[in-house]
Amino acid sequence: MIDVRRHNANFCSDHFMKLVRDQTQKAIDAFEMLHRDERVLVAVSGGKDSLALWDILLTLGYQADGFYVGLGIGGYSDRSGAHVRAFAADRGLTLHEVDLRDTHGFDVPTAAAVTKRAPCSSCGLSKRHLFDKAALDGGYDAVATGHNLDDEAAVLFGNTLRWQTEYLARQLPVLPARAGFPRKIKPLVRLGEREMAAFCVLRGIDYVVEECPMAAGNKHLGYKAALNEIEASSPGAKQAFYFGFLARAVERFADAAPAHAEAGETALCARCGVPTTSEICAFCRLLEKTSGAEPVNLTVKGRRVPT
Amino acid sequence: MKVNLRNPNRTLDLDGPISIVALLQKLDLNRESVLVIRAGTLVPGDALLAIDDEVEIRPVISGGSS
Repeated sequence: MIDVRRHNANFCSDHFMKLVRDQTQKAIDAFEMLHRDERVLVAVSGGKDSLALWDILLTLGYQADGFYVGLGIGGYSDRSGAHVRAFAADRGLTLHEVDLRDTHGFDVPTAAAVTKRAPCSSCGLSKRHLFDKAALDGGYDAVATGHNLDDEAAVLFGNTLRWQTEYLARQLPVLPARAGFPRKIKPLVRLGEREMAAFCVLRGIDYVVEECPMAAGNKHLGYKAALNEIEASSPGAKQAFYFGFLARAVERFADAAPAHAEAGETALCARCGVPTTSEICAFCRLLEKTSGAEPVNLTVKGRRVPT
Repeated sequence: MKVNLRNPNRTLDLDGPISIVALLQKLDLNRESVLVIRAGTLVPGDALLAIDDEVEIRPVISGGSS
């Protein structure tokens, strides 16, 4: 049914789904991500990885609820939200939602225009802040994201190209909880992007296939394409790159990432109360910058235009 | 044979029979980056597509840099 070249094996549907679940459990156990009696909040986007992760965690017997952030990226966000809501409703699952514009008065296209930075920057910042808050407010033990092997290998590739040692030191599949922040876990790090898409097809998970119009052409996607060229001629290269880094290199960068308290994260944000290195946290600074900004809409080609 | 491609959505009419590997080579697509789907399920890499088949070639790469 599906070939997984880095395992040099072909799998039928049932054995492939077993492989995916087993690899997820193996990552959870190896990196001590989650215990059976803990509650986990799955950050769901409507894409293949996060919906598959939610499905897998439930099948493996974990207590997993979903959390979706409406990013306001035009019809793409509308369709993504619809996939998430249908997934949860069909299975009778608990889904928490926050809409950026309704709740905080801005959306990702507007934030990108106001800050003049890549959309992924304000998108990631907003999601991290809201995931953390939702997990802490809801009493969850951890936040799980659908980052897969391809995601982690691409981030590692980018960080290595520029020797961003602080980021390298913190590129781990699990980040422990600390004051004001929940534990962050990435249970899909042993599974490739193609495997997650295949899992969704075989499992009947209806996900949003279209790419985020604001991510088109970004560096991360370029790194993935480059690594896939290498993988095509050298199956297993991505896995060896990432897991070799975890086994033999990440500790060498430990000095580049001081503990958060040593890095100056000793104050609480004067607006929202999260630990921060400055008086106002990055999310609240983004709120301040976007306050009163003219909303920005997307054209069909993903270009930004004022409404 | 109809081949449905995504991002953007478009359909190609191609001659068959043709193997999956040959089809992806013809379209200059990396096997690591796509799935081939026929009638709602995956098509094995060594399968031969017939002239009257209709398949979807679905990209699997996604994600921003956050």
